[in-house]
Amino acid sequence: MTTPPPTAPRLEVDGLEVAFGGLTALGGVSFEVRDGETVALIGPNGAGKTTVFNAVCGIVKPRKGNVRIGGRPAPARTTGLLAAGVARTLQGLGLFERMTVLENVLVPLSSLRAEDAAARARDRLAELGLLDLADRSAGTLPYPERKRVALARALAADPRLLLLDEPAGGLGAADIEALAETVRRVAGEGCAVLLVEHHVDFVMDVADRIVVLDFGEVIAAGSPEEVRRDPAVEAAYLGLEAVNAAAEPPQSGGAGHPPARGGAPRPSTADISVATEAHAHRSEPQGPAGEGGTA
Amino acid sequence: MDRFVFLFSAGLARGAVLALFALSLVIVWRAARVVNFAQAAMAAAAVYAAFAVTAATGSYWAGLLTGLASGALLGAAVERGLMRRLPAHAPLPGIIVAIGLVMVLQAGLAIAFGPEHRPMHPPFSERPFIIGGVPVLSPYDLFTLVAAAAVMGGLALLFGRTSLGLQLRAAAFAPETSRLLGVRVPRMVTLGWALAVATAALAALLLVPTELGLNPHAADLLFVNAFAVAVIGGLDSPAGALLAGIGVGLLVSLVTGYASAAAAPLAVLALLTLVLLVRPGGVFSAKEARTA
Repeated sequence: MTTPPPTAPRLEVDGLEVAFGGLTALGGVSFEVRDGETVALIGPNGAGKTTVFNAVCGIVKPRKGNVRIGGRPAPARTTGLLAAGVARTLQGLGLFERMTVLENVLVPLSSLRAEDAAARARDRLAELGLLDLADRSAGTLPYPERKRVALARALAADPRLLLLDEPAGGLGAADIEALAETVRRVAGEGCAVLLVEHHVDFVMDVADRIVVLDFGEVIAAGSPEEVRRDPAVEAAYLGLEAVNAAAEPPQSGGAGHPPARGGAPRPSTADISVATEAHAHRSEPQGPAGEGGTA
Repeated sequence: MDRFVFLFSAGLARGAVLALFALSLVIVWRAARVVNFAQAAMAAAAVYAAFAVTAATGSYWAGLLTGLASGALLGAAVERGLMRRLPAHAPLPGIIVAIGLVMVLQAGLAIAFGPEHRPMHPPFSERPFIIGGVPVLSPYDLFTLVAAAAVMGGLALLFGRTSLGLQLRAAAFAPETSRLLGVRVPRMVTLGWALAVATAALAALLLVPTELGLNPHAADLLFVNAFAVAVIGGLDSPAGALLAGIGVGLLVSLVTGYASAAAAPLAVLALLTLVLLVRPGGVFSAKEARTA
């Protein structure tokens, strides 16, 4: 992977603390994303991943800490994100379901002249193979196409920082591969990408770095390989790994389970994936993710 | 047959005004998810402003423009000053505040201008054209139809074909998502109120000269019928407001002509009940519109 240029990070999250009432959702989270870099936030549901997104977007106010975007303080209002070069997709997609696909992509382009906005929107739709669906009502499309519309809408205004909330969730293998190509292309064009994702194979495929959250704290950060081998990550998933191991006896000497320090089998990426899904009962504030369903 | 042609054409003009007022209710509903029960009183206040300017200048058109502008200003002021401060996601406070506003506005208008009916003169003749011996639309009916059609066409273009309209729709459907996409949602809600009350003011302005005259309650019956129209058409559907408005206008005109004026409100009520029984969201609404 190419070395990022020595400029200010596109996104700096520094000592971010968020509390909901007496519950600490984030307890001093710090990381950064540079231009052209793809960073994945992983961790069980409830670990604070979406809260990080919401704090970056100004939807929740941090108790402490800073978020800087392109070297400047993040906009105080969510409305200012677009101008700051930030785009986000939502878990619930948030499509305007009764608008056409083209209209959905036009919404963030209101500052452009009408012809320029239409041309840009059509370019984005073409890039994601959606041009034929431009005049269809967004609510009538199958789920994978709806996810692509949400991605096209996020990419419409040429963001410098792209926040993707579970972009691979609910997609089949072919769609996930196409998504990975899109993420690589966007990052290759210099956009900083921060994604929250449970699909660990996808994460390992596209991420330059991974930040692992658990109970609102960063427990590990590094390259996919470093994170996979990190004892703290292993410990975070150990309880569930033991459950998995009981359900399926470990294959001695298998490539996916090299012996670990202390003799316990190390979780493979598949194990982490199972573990993160199994943690799904832990709740986390989701921001506006589900809102667009009635649009 | 002559009688039918006359009643039909009169019903069209009446329906256009109803559709216009119903459309104003739909615009507020879409922008703020509230039924503005104060729309009639606010429209009446704007018509008083028009009335005062026409009286001072002698120009109907100066009054018309004043009525539209004061409707827009009043709509924006009520949204910014009152509605925005209410708890979100609860319909009741908005309804209660709107009803309170009706009392304040109507009492204020009565104190300022007196409770009596003040005649407003139409800018065109109300004597119907005679075509082949049959009385049809009057020039004023024609003006009403053209003005209503022009405003509805203009609003359709605004909402359907412009970037501002797209933002208005986005803000109405999914405010939080819209913020993420750079839409200035509070501004769009204010603009929605301004557009709606200006539209309601125009409907009231078009109606008042054909009725008894201007008084603080001049638009009350218009509101009741237009509310029925909006519910029949689907509160979320501008096209529904238009078609149901024309339909109810024709119904009222025909029932008044063939039966009696007293039967007309009953006919509207019967139609409303039928629609609510068969299709509770309104004839043209999407299924989730009433619960959104």
